[in-house]
Amino acid sequence: METVVQQLQGVPINHYLIFCTIIFAIGVMGVLIRRNVIIIMMSIELMLNAVNLLLAAFSVQHGDSSGQVFVFFIMALAAAEVAVGLAIIIMVYRNTKSVDIDSLNKLRW
Amino acid sequence: MTVFYFVAFLSIFFALMTIFTKNPVHSVLYLVITFFTFTVHYILLNAQFLAVVNFIVYMGAIMVLFLFVLMLLNLNKDTEPMKSNLVKFMGVIAGCCLLVTFLGVYRVFEISNPLTVINPEIGLVKNLGKVLFNEFLLPFELSSLLLLTAMIGAILLAKKEPKQI
Repeated sequence: METVVQQLQGVPINHYLIFCTIIFAIGVMGVLIRRNVIIIMMSIELMLNAVNLLLAAFSVQHGDSSGQVFVFFIMALAAAEVAVGLAIIIMVYRNTKSVDIDSLNKLRW
Repeated sequence: MTVFYFVAFLSIFFALMTIFTKNPVHSVLYLVITFFTFTVHYILLNAQFLAVVNFIVYMGAIMVLFLFVLMLLNLNKDTEPMKSNLVKFMGVIAGCCLLVTFLGVYRVFEISNPLTVINPEIGLVKNLGKVLFNEFLLPFELSSLLLLTAMIGAILLAKKEPKQI
């Protein structure tokens, strides 16, 4: 345990910020460049995870455990979101026989 | 200290592989590896409860759900819809613009003090449980309601409708 904490000492909080921003930007890129709905949902999961890690890092830095409780709630929310989202995807696939997001353009107007 | 940079590099690499791989099944597997590196990050932050929950809930439950749906819909490389190269290029440019904007904001902030663990005990299950069941009792119960609603909604949505209408 002590060695793990020692490993942590010396990493600036800035580097956590930069790292989580890069992961978040990768998630945004994934939403923009893919057409498969399931991959788009996976990119959203990536963004949620980046924010989770940043919340945990700041929580550790401030010595306040509220941030980690918030991460726990975000994980519960993500589980609910994935369950409903995948159910919607299955329903759409049953109607249109494709997971292409462009097959959903009837809702555009 | 070097462990953090190594694991961060692995996370970024596998996240990039997730969004650039053509085969959806490989994409899910790369995402599982990404989440595993996130678990290592939580362990490095001494947040053991979050590490275990991330491991079980994200890698165990959510990713298996994704993989299950992919297998159920019988998706593979041949059925994968791809955007044109121009749209891809524009998407990457837009993502990089977002990244540059955020990094510029951080330069203005100028917070670069090293991360110091004030209280190494806060990430343990015992302390988090105390906080969760004292200050955050109402949100905790509400999240159980949310999960119940999501479960019922998912079953209702995915059920086949009867054809008698």
